[in-house]
Formats: sequence, C-alpha cells, structure tokens
Amino acid sequence: MFQVRIHGRGGQGVVSAAEMLSVAAFEEGRHAQAFPSFGSERMGAPVMAFCRIDSREIRLREPVMQPNALIIQDPTLLHQVDVFSGLAPTGYILINSTRGFEELGIAEFTRKFPANHLCVVPASDLALKHVGRPLPNAALLGAFAAITGQVSFEAIANAIRQKFSGKVGEGNVAAARAAYDMANKKEAALA
Amino acid sequence: MLKQIEGSQAIAQAIALCRPEVICAYPITPQTHIVEGLGEMVKDGSLENCEFINVESEFAALSVAIGSSAAGARSYTATASQGILYMAEAVYNAAGLGLPIVMTIGNRAIGAPINIWNDHSDSMALRDAGWIQLYAETNQEAADLHIQAFRLAEELSCPVMVCVDGFILTHAYERIDIPTQKQVDDYLPPFVPVQILDVDDPVSMGAMVGPEAFMEVRYLQHHKQQRALALIPALAKEFRERFGRDSGGLLRTYHCEDAETIIVALGSVNGTIKEAVDEMRAAGKRVGSLSICSFRPFPLDEVRDALRRARRVVVLEKSLAVGIGGMLSEGVRNALSGISLKGHTVIAGLGGRAITQKALVDLLDSAARGELAHLNFLDLRWDVVKREINREQAVRRTGPLAENILRDLGTVADRIG
Repeated sequence: MFQVRIHGRGGQGVVSAAEMLSVAAFEEGRHAQAFPSFGSERMGAPVMAFCRIDSREIRLREPVMQPNALIIQDPTLLHQVDVFSGLAPTGYILINSTRGFEELGIAEFTRKFPANHLCVVPASDLALKHVGRPLPNAALLGAFAAITGQVSFEAIANAIRQKFSGKVGEGNVAAARAAYDMANKKEAALA
Repeated sequence: MLKQIEGSQAIAQAIALCRPEVICAYPITPQTHIVEGLGEMVKDGSLENCEFINVESEFAALSVAIGSSAAGARSYTATASQGILYMAEAVYNAAGLGLPIVMTIGNRAIGAPINIWNDHSDSMALRDAGWIQLYAETNQEAADLHIQAFRLAEELSCPVMVCVDGFILTHAYERIDIPTQKQVDDYLPPFVPVQILDVDDPVSMGAMVGPEAFMEVRYLQHHKQQRALALIPALAKEFRERFGRDSGGLLRTYHCEDAETIIVALGSVNGTIKEAVDEMRAAGKRVGSLSICSFRPFPLDEVRDALRRARRVVVLEKSLAVGIGGMLSEGVRNALSGISLKGHTVIAGLGGRAITQKALVDLLDSAARGELAHLNFLDLRWDVVKREINREQAVRRTGPLAENILRDLGTVADRIG
C-alpha cells in the first residue's frame, strides 16, 4: 500500500487533490481511498487530506500517519505543522515553492532521504500562468506522478479533466504537464 | 458500474435508483452531500417523479416524510447529530404509525461540547424508537443497504435508519459499484402501502389509544422487528443473487471459528479491525471479529452463536452511555446470558478521535494477557483528564470545562491523527 498525505490551507484544493489522485489510481485499475482530515475547514486554516493506493481493497480507516509521500501545498506550513510526522525514511517529499530545500531551511532534515525522492516545483506560479489562479493542487499531482511513478501522467490528466471541465480543466492539465516535465528534468539531472 | 466517487454521492445515486417520490431535507453536517446530490438529480430531471422539499427544520423534515409516506409516496430523508434529537418526537411517531420511511444517519457526535466529527451517539440516542437500525461497514455497503432498506421497510411497514459513519464514509472517495436501474427495479417493486390516506376511502391515522390497547400496539412493533430478524438475511441473500456481492445481513464474522478473543463493533471501524486481526493472525494469535449490521432488531441468537466458543469478548463502542458504559455491550451481554466468558467494553473514537490499527492490536493483546478492565477508554489522554480533576479539587470556580481543556492543550492544528 502506498500512502500519501497532503498538507495545505483551506481554499487551496487539498481535498480535491486527494480526490483526483484517487481517481487517477482508480483509472489504472487500482484501489484507492481519499478522504479529508475532517476539520471544520476555513479559508487559510491548515488542512490535510489523505490518499491510499493499493492493488487490493483498502479496509484501513485511520488517518495516514506513516506516509510514503508528502505533498506540501504551502511551504509556510513547514514551521507551523509537524508535516514530516511519520514519514518513511525512503519517503517522498514534494513541496510547492520557488525556493530550494536549503532556502526553505529544511535541507539538514531532508538530506537523509534519497535525492530523487525530493522535489520542489513552483506549482502556484505554474497554475497562475496556465489557469490564471494560484491553485497549486493539479500541478503538484503532475510532479507527484513524475517522482513516484505511482500513477501515470495520462491518468492524472484524465482525473483533472473529470474534476474540471473545459478551459479550467485544460489549464490545470497544462500546469500539471509543466510540473511533470520539471520534476522529470530534475530527476534526469540527478541520474 | 464501477466508479471512484464520494460515499455520499454513491448513497445519493443508490437512493435515486430506488425511485423515491418525496425527499425532504434540512442540511446538517456530515449528511448534507447526500441530499444535495439528490436535490441536483431532481432539479436536472435525472430523478423523475420525485418532489424535493426544503423544510425549515429536522422536525419538519421527518414530519413531511410522515405525511407523504401516509399518502402512499416512497419517502426519504437524512440527518445527523443534533438533527435527529430535534426530530425525536417525529422519529417515534413514524415508527408508532408504521410508516416505511428510510432515513440516512451520517453518524456524528452530539454536543455539548459542539463537535462535528464521527461517533455513534446520535443514532444510539434513538435506538429504541421502533426503527430498524442498520450500520454500514463500507461505502459499498452503505449504498447497497439503502436499496435493501426500502424493500425491508415496505415489506414490514416499518421505518429503517441506515447509519453511515460521518466523514469516515460519507466524505471518503472509493471504488463503488453502482447498480443499474433494471437491477434495482427487479429487486425493489413499487411501493404498495398497507395503509393510505385516500379521499375516496378515508381513514384516520394516529388514533388516541388508552390502556385497553396501547400495550398490544407496542407489542406489535416488537413483533415486526422479530420478523425482521428473518427478513434481513433473506433480503441480503436475494441481494447477493441479483447483485453478486455480500451486503447487509444481520452480522458478519471474521476468523471467529477458532478465536480465543473476539472483538465486536458496529460500522466502518470493522475495516481497521480486520486489518488488526490479520496482523495478529500472522503472528499466530487466535483473534477474530464480529461486525454487527443490524443493531435493531438485535440478533441475539446469531451473536450468541458467533461468540460462544471464544474465551473473551471485547465490545468496541463509538458512544458512551454516561454512567454505565456501552449500549452495544448491553446487547452482547444479553446474547451471552448463561455463557461464562470474559467481557470487556471499550469506548473508542468519540467525537472523531482516530481509532488506529496499532491501538486495536495493543488492546487485543492486553485483553489476552488479562489486563483489560471491565470498562476501558481507548487512547484517552489521562494527563488531560487528571489535570482537570486536580483543578476541580483545588478551586470552586473552575470555569467552563471544555474551554479549560482546550486552553491546556494549546493549538491542536499540529496534531495528525
């Protein structure tokens, strides 16, 4: 089972991101379970959502406490919420930022993870460019597909199109594509 | 058709396939997405011959359902938490009048302190109102139980509550098989009422009944639920034949045959329990679990049969009967009358406290070691409790309890799980 925890703020599409990721996994014939952290969400408040992906039925109903991957939609949470709690030593860390791990002040912590499991993409900027609004969720899913290989980019694109129709859907797919390419390029540079 | 959808949407689609004729709704978290989904289907015309009535309160929601059901319309509503308390009088009326209304409960805690998260306090508060109560273990079962509920309600002329864990199921996106209209039509015939308000053949419903007949009317409600004990498994069997999967029934056992310790629970926590059982079985420990779907009527004989070979029984409850312990335990103890085995009640998951696989494994291990008390509270923060008790002993004017504890804890935004 592959477990993902997504951290962000109310209004950033955290719950939708988990939902779209689960749809993408479903499209590829896998079982997936996405659910929010059940808070009384408010705009700007810290929010979490979870997604589990497996090849068999998922019966576990606890929150994701030992994630295989973290998606952090807002880097200002890094010093407010214990976002890295329970992350597996071989886990993936994907952050929406224009800055690197060093500049974010977490390089010392992230050094112990495999280099190709660490990724920063400017997802808000990509969304602003392609969608016109700084909602980073779809772009981050593109980068997630690139670094983890858990789902294909095509499945992510289909899930985005199911969630958002027309121009908004295509804009989000374009943002996800750009993030996917960026993440792949970084990985190629490491190899 | 397999879909990856939110539990609430799957439930809404299943209800729509049952061709309800009146849906009354008053929004309350966490059931709101269900009636919103149905409202959209009525508005866009995909759910035909159905009137969607927005009402001013939960009391009105069920009162309208009582009226429409009495007029012969297949009627549905949904609520949660304080909502079911506000409609309590009508809940008893629907059952006393024998009207086959189906109502979803998106299970949620009851205040004070106000809490929007999941536990079973709400449906438990109305457990003895005369409604059949079915608890869903998964979202697939939640959708399927509604189809069975209309059939069950109408065959018995008795209302049915389908209890679905709020957020944990209602807000989870999962793979769910939504049946076809033909499958549901073949399973669920049109509603033929046993009593109807008809201007051409007038009757009055809701007569005043004195001591001469009140006990008989009440007894007949009990008799109906005893009939349900046979009907519920029969409908689940027919459902399996037509839809190709197991959903509903009175209860479900998991590795109980040779189990020394069996854990009993209602609803979605049974999924996590099964994972805990698998983990312990892999380590050679003889544990099993019993998921009870039908809480009213309570299947005494079947529970007795499932548990009688065990050495100890742990009943996990998502509600607290303040002053005594657990309500599910009461039924389980009744079922075990005369059988000598160790019984423990564990109160867990109140107000959305996560119930983890690790906590369940530790719990069952301590039961096997004989360390479990009669009444236990899973993952209770004793430090927090003791601090407040000390405060109460030290000063008279302690101030509001919940606020004191929140102040002690500080921000809770950083907690995961």
